[in-house]
Order: sequence, then C-alpha cells, then structure tokens
Amino acid sequence: MAKNIAVMGDSESIKGFSAVGLDIFPCEPEEAASLLRHIADSDTYAVIYLTEEIYGVTEKERARYAERLTPALIPIPGVRGNAGTGKKRLSSFVEKAVGSDILFNG
Amino acid sequence: MAVMNVNPTRMQLTKLKKQLVTAVRGHKMLKDKRDELMRQFLDLVRETKALRDKVELELAECSDHFVNASAVMSSQALDAALLSPKQQVQLELGSRNVMSVEIPEYTAASRTSNEGDIYPYGFAFTSFELDDAVSSLNDVLPDLIKLAQYEKSCELMSAEIEKTRRRVNSLEHVMIPRYQETIKYISMKLEENDRSSRTRLMKVKDMLLEKAHGWN
Repeated sequence: MAKNIAVMGDSESIKGFSAVGLDIFPCEPEEAASLLRHIADSDTYAVIYLTEEIYGVTEKERARYAERLTPALIPIPGVRGNAGTGKKRLSSFVEKAVGSDILFNG
Repeated sequence: MAVMNVNPTRMQLTKLKKQLVTAVRGHKMLKDKRDELMRQFLDLVRETKALRDKVELELAECSDHFVNASAVMSSQALDAALLSPKQQVQLELGSRNVMSVEIPEYTAASRTSNEGDIYPYGFAFTSFELDDAVSSLNDVLPDLIKLAQYEKSCELMSAEIEKTRRRVNSLEHVMIPRYQETIKYISMKLEENDRSSRTRLMKVKDMLLEKAHGWN
C-alpha cells in the first residue's frame, strides 16, 4: 500500500520539504495536537516528521501511535537549532529495553 | 513464597507437575526470545544513532541554505517559488517479522522520474541559493526515510523487549517457585498421610496380636 509522508512544524522550518515531494502542514504549537490527530487518523501517511518544538507539545497524542506500525512519528531539528530531542528519544528506547542507558551514557 | 490454594491430592500433584514442566519450557523459550531481540535491538540502535547524527548534521546544512536563500530573496518570492510542488514521494509500506515483532520497511518512489522536478519554479526569478537548498534537501531525503524506518523499528522492538522481560521475570521469580513450593507441599502432605496410616495399621496389628495372645 502506498502512503505519503507528512511534515509538521513552523512554516519557516518545513517549507523546503514541499519541493522534494513531502506534504507540509505548517502549524503553531497550540493547534499542533488536533492537527496531528487529524493527520495521523486519516491513514494516508506512513511517516510524519515533527519539528522538535511540535514534538515536545504533542506527547499525549504521540502515545496513541507508539505501538502501531503506522504512522511513524519522527522528530527532526527545525531552523532554531537542535535541542537533542531525537537523541533523547533513542536513549529512552534503550532505557526501556535494557533497563538502563548503556549506549549514550546519560 | 505462598503455596497455592489447592487440595493436597495425587491428582492435583500430577497436574501441577505437568504445569511446572510447561512453565519451565516457556521460561526457557521466552528467555531465548528476549536475548535474541536484545541482540538485534542493540545492533539496530547503534546504527540508528549513527544515522541520526548524520541526518541532523545534513538537515542543519539544509536550513543554512534556506536561510541564505531567504536572505537574498523576499519571503513572498520564496513562498511563491515553493508554492506548487511538482514532485510527490510515495512510500511503499512493507513489514518484516523479527522475533514476532512487526517492523516496517519503506520503499520510496517518486511520482515523476525526472530529477529536475524537485525544482517547482522557473530559474529566471529565483536565486541559486534556493536551488542549493532544495537540492541538498533532496539529498537528505533517502536517509531521512531510512531514519524513520529504523526509529520506528527501535520503538516497536523496545516495547516488545520490555513485555518479554516482564514475562520472563514473572515466570522465573513468581510462577515457577510457586509451583515448586506447592508440589513440595503436596508431596509432603501425602507422605505424612502415608506414614500416619502405616502407624495406625501397625498399632491395630499390635492390638489384634495382643488380643489373640492374651486369650491364649
């Protein structure tokens, strides 16, 4: 089944992605939660990239899709620099699986 | 450890022994599953970490290019240039089974095969910085998709490992000791019954003998 890729975040960070063929959804942090739910439930996207800012404010919504195969919600750094959200997410997986973080030493 | 609330009968004993054998075998298999999942997970996580480092670096470069582009072009012109994209990426969604965990596999395909289609604008009124920005973003895209696949796999596998580890622990530290205790309790109770009926028989025999000899 062919699905698309979506990118959510502030328009400054994500507008380039539309040129290379991803669907962009510019949004403010306040409306991100409902927009994310709308996009994720529409079942047309296999992967949704979120800027770190949006990723941080949609914790509750993300939990619903954690155990499902689609969509994959992936944090990416925006134009405002990298806050290390992606690394933290990876290390949280290691911590969940192993019991303590043995790869990132954090 | 608490003994289960069962009747100390021979039937119950055989039943429990069978259950213990099953529990031990299940424990061994789950332990194997956990170890194998863990091995694959750690390999995957290491790979994902390297990939994420790379992608984040490349994305930072892309944003730099876009900042350059917006410095030399007005924001209206920039928005207008990117307004109507020609290209569309589609993901063919597959899945692979790793130790009973379904992990995704993406195959990306673009709608048009023409590489020039990532530029949705005419080159006459835009700056070359924008071309740089778009082309650098296009170069990151395959890695970005791979990253999504890896991270989702990590997420699903870590959840499964946690579940399996809990099952292993509950079998190892709760279920199996409880079965063993109960089996011990029942066999001791049965032996006790056995001894008590044996002494009773001996006593009765003594009494009968005494009665027989006494009358002689």
